[in-house]
Amino acid sequence: MKYAADLHLCPQLDNRANVKVMVEKAAELGYAAVGIPASPKAPQKEAEDLRAVCSDAGIDYVSRVDLSPRTPGELLRSLRSLRLRTEVVAVKCFSKEVARQAAKDRRVDLVSFPLVHPKKRFFDFAEAELASEAQAALEVDVSLLLSEQGYRRVNLLSYLRRMTVIAKKGHVPIVLSSGATETMSLRTAEDYCSLAYLFGVELHDARKAFSETPKGIVEQNRRKLSPDFVAPGVFVVRRGKERPES
Amino acid sequence: MRRRYVAAVVEGCRTFAERDVYDAVWTSLVRLFGEYGASQAELYLVEYNEQKAQAIFRCSHKTLEMVKASIAATTDIANEKAAFRMVRVSGTLKALRTKVKSNKMLSREKLIK
Repeated sequence: MKYAADLHLCPQLDNRANVKVMVEKAAELGYAAVGIPASPKAPQKEAEDLRAVCSDAGIDYVSRVDLSPRTPGELLRSLRSLRLRTEVVAVKCFSKEVARQAAKDRRVDLVSFPLVHPKKRFFDFAEAELASEAQAALEVDVSLLLSEQGYRRVNLLSYLRRMTVIAKKGHVPIVLSSGATETMSLRTAEDYCSLAYLFGVELHDARKAFSETPKGIVEQNRRKLSPDFVAPGVFVVRRGKERPES
Repeated sequence: MRRRYVAAVVEGCRTFAERDVYDAVWTSLVRLFGEYGASQAELYLVEYNEQKAQAIFRCSHKTLEMVKASIAATTDIANEKAAFRMVRVSGTLKALRTKVKSNKMLSREKLIK
């Protein structure tokens, strides 16, 4: 895999040493870019610190916020204030209303679901259809498979397999992320792809979910956040002063 | 019978004995695929270098994905937190050894932290 991005690395943000160790580990494992969720309250300040750590490790930093709104209204308010300041917006859906709103909102890049709660798994065909129209991707944290055991892992695999089938049928892109909170649960992208085999994602699709899909999301959002962006499909090619004299 | 050889490095806070490494992957394989699945894998630890923390596993080519998933899913060895990092897969032991020799990911300093 030439380019691998882990959009969901979860170090302890209050522990700078831990952040540094995890970022360095990710770089050593061959990741070209990592996304570390910053606090929605002060995303830019945290993002600057994280960018510096990643830059020292020689890895690209993707600014990201994880939203866990309780109501659709709360989600809309958060999106209004954060969308223009963050490269990736992910929404963790704890209720069906929020899940539907997140899936149909074009400002949302990634939707994810609390996989360990059986009653909060809202990814169905209706959700997939909305997500597909709004070009949102489904995010799956693979390292959860490493922390769960026995009956809980069986349940988790079963649900992930169902989600994968729905996403494939509904043409929803899947983004595989580590979701790792410690260095020991961090693996190479190829190793995570092997784990994705357990819930029915083929190797080719798993590689895409670790490289092309996240890369596409980040590049598209960076273009949108650049000062040259005017509207979808319209960019400033050259500014007034640069115009050649006729 | 066609076989595949998988080279992996062990990461942990100490070195592990060959038996512990083999048991850890077997346990993971049986947990994930059951005794029936494990019997089809024909998993065998061909060699293990304790100093370099490098292991080479052999398995049936039909169950390669199962074995790779089991290796990746291993989280502890001898009751201590550890992880495997797969380096290469090859159809012959000779080709695998050649590929592994030229792999930069295998430096010992990086593995033990």
